[in-house]
Amino acid sequence: MTRLAEDVEQTVPIVSNDDVVRARQLVRTLAQQCGLSLVDQTKLVTAASELARNTLVYGGGGAMHCATVRRDGRRGVHAVFEDSGPGIPDLDLALTDGWTSGGGLGLGLSGARRLVDDFELDSRTGVGTKVSVTKWAR
Amino acid sequence: MAAAESSERLVRLLTHDSEILDRWVEAVAEILRGRISRAELERELTDLYQALGQALREGGLNWRAEEYSEVRALLVELSRNRAQHGFTPTETATSLFACKDVVAPTATSSAEDISAYLQLGRLLDALGLFTIEAYARTREEIISAQAEQLLELSTPVVKLWEGVVAVPLVGTLDSARTQIVMEKLLQSLVDSESEQAIIDITGVPAVDTEVAQHLLKTVVAARLMGAECTISGIRPQIAQTLVALGVRFDDIVTKATLADALRYVLRRIGTEPAATGGPK
Repeated sequence: MTRLAEDVEQTVPIVSNDDVVRARQLVRTLAQQCGLSLVDQTKLVTAASELARNTLVYGGGGAMHCATVRRDGRRGVHAVFEDSGPGIPDLDLALTDGWTSGGGLGLGLSGARRLVDDFELDSRTGVGTKVSVTKWAR
Repeated sequence: MAAAESSERLVRLLTHDSEILDRWVEAVAEILRGRISRAELERELTDLYQALGQALREGGLNWRAEEYSEVRALLVELSRNRAQHGFTPTETATSLFACKDVVAPTATSSAEDISAYLQLGRLLDALGLFTIEAYARTREEIISAQAEQLLELSTPVVKLWEGVVAVPLVGTLDSARTQIVMEKLLQSLVDSESEQAIIDITGVPAVDTEVAQHLLKTVVAARLMGAECTISGIRPQIAQTLVALGVRFDDIVTKATLADALRYVLRRIGTEPAATGGPK
């Protein structure tokens, strides 16, 4: 699971709805650089959109760190979404389709997991939540 | 009466030479390089020059005082003008700062004149910052006005056929925009007495759960009004992403292209499109 960072990591603060759009645009640019197919680009961008919005809405704001990476000759995009919000008390429940603590469809987090290749969720109640995702070029 | 004396000296510094205003206009004209007419510039700076002299005489150095209200009003107007004509902040502020060069002391100036110049310099610096703030405010107003216009422009509701309206959506769909789209669509359903609506998302780069939820709500609202909604412009990558996300558009008719959607809708309302097109 060694992942080599190719480029300097870029950070987008996520404190408003406009930042969600900015985060999405950065991810799209990197995905195009890595040569991800159009379908994979759209999947990754959509996942980034979900996670960035979660950071904003449920985490009370945070940041996205994003970089292109390389592993076994394959290129990919790695993105980390971090907030210091209330955290997720029950990870299994949060990853259940259709379950939401807010007013959404309850598919954002679980859907994002299906849209990317690697998905890591780390959350501690009262400390914050960190979601790392990677999408590899085929 | 030290204050009165010093403000007297400042006024003298600014008005001792009848050429000061001319040289000021000259200096500014050079910076702006003919992008503003000489007559207009002369009028602007003459007003400012006179107001400044008057304010110095009556209000001393406190530029926040009542006596400076005319100077401030003129500066706001000047920066508003500059911002609207696309001048840079530097070009705007130098209109004021150029005055400092014009009254700068020479080797033969007395110590009093030099200290008066320094005081005047500080005053002009403060007024310069005030100008920049007014400039930035105007720019922000322009930007937010444009954003609003864009929002309005980017959500047209078009009538495609008798009884069929369509909204081609382009760009990012957020809550604010969806709200406008929904309102305009529902209103136009009433106005045009249409029973069919097509929402085309060809121009929407990514459909996430929030966008999907907004679309679903719009469809449900239209349904409550007795209208049927078709969503078109679902491209392959969007379809695959929606499947992976787990979003279901179960009982909503979706089509790949706007043409497909129109054909479907026309069949629904019993109007078969003729080969040449046009309502029968």
